[in-house]
Amino acid sequence: MADIAFLLLIFFLVTTTMDTDKGLRVKLPPYPDPDNPPPKTEQYDRNVLEVLVNSNDQLLVEKQLMNIEELTRITKEHLLNDGRNPKFAVSSTEAIVSLKNDRGTSYERYVEVYNELLRAYTEVRNEYSLSKFDRKFDDLPPKSENEKEVKEKFPLKISEAEPVSFGGT
Amino acid sequence: MSKFRKEDKKSTPGINTSSLPDIVFMLLFFFMVATKMRDPTVLVKTAVPVVSEVEKVEKKSWMNYILVGPPRDGAMGPSPRIQLDDKFADVNDVQQFIILKRNEHPEAIRDYLTTSIKADRSVRMGLIQDVKQELRQVNALKVLYSASGGEVKERK
Repeated sequence: MADIAFLLLIFFLVTTTMDTDKGLRVKLPPYPDPDNPPPKTEQYDRNVLEVLVNSNDQLLVEKQLMNIEELTRITKEHLLNDGRNPKFAVSSTEAIVSLKNDRGTSYERYVEVYNELLRAYTEVRNEYSLSKFDRKFDDLPPKSENEKEVKEKFPLKISEAEPVSFGGT
Repeated sequence: MSKFRKEDKKSTPGINTSSLPDIVFMLLFFFMVATKMRDPTVLVKTAVPVVSEVEKVEKKSWMNYILVGPPRDGAMGPSPRIQLDDKFADVNDVQQFIILKRNEHPEAIRDYLTTSIKADRSVRMGLIQDVKQELRQVNALKVLYSASGGEVKERK
């Protein structure tokens, strides 16, 4: 009897899981200080991939209507461009993705779009890491030189723009 | 006669304790099953979106939760509300909530505190943007858009 009880006890111990929290980790830009505005930096248009989501959850990438399925591909093209296509970034280190949404955009679509952008970064970093260090980016030892190099080569620059309302209702 | 007298002299037999462990285990299981971890009462519906690039949270005690969604109580209407701790709140309350939470932690880890925005899929970004602006104003810049992991569902 005691054996069975122990078995049950261990079974419950193993199967019980605390629900863990998951999500997309994001860093917001600091609130602009009215007395001390941030210095205006020139951003070349081509370095910024402009992604707009309107209140009908439609996607406008670089002023063209687009399906969400294509977003990862376009973002990767933008990151890996290295100055070839004049529409996309000069180099991966300078590439920026700007994400703008309307007040009417649904949270689900916003998170999905953000996810696609993150996926593009993950894939690009993985490919670079695999070709150079023969392992995936996530498998690189944390805080190592190699990890730093990949991060510097493809810095995660997704800017969440100041809120605007550009309609589309 | 002598038979009975002998028995009178015997001391009382001890209680049989061989089933004591069983009783203890029974109690243990009863309490294990009956105990519920104290969860904050959730007043709003939060069906979070499903995405692929999720990150796990390693320190739960460093998280502050802001719940946004339509109230569970149907009588309160379908429009999304904000829940902080166990109460409904307004966008203006977010700043104070964050400051209070921040003061509960020692100074050394205050930079690591993350705000988890747990919002329902249907919520419009306008409300969440307002929350984000409030967070920026109190310099709580680390944010987690709560989502559950998995492959993105088929889209129409």
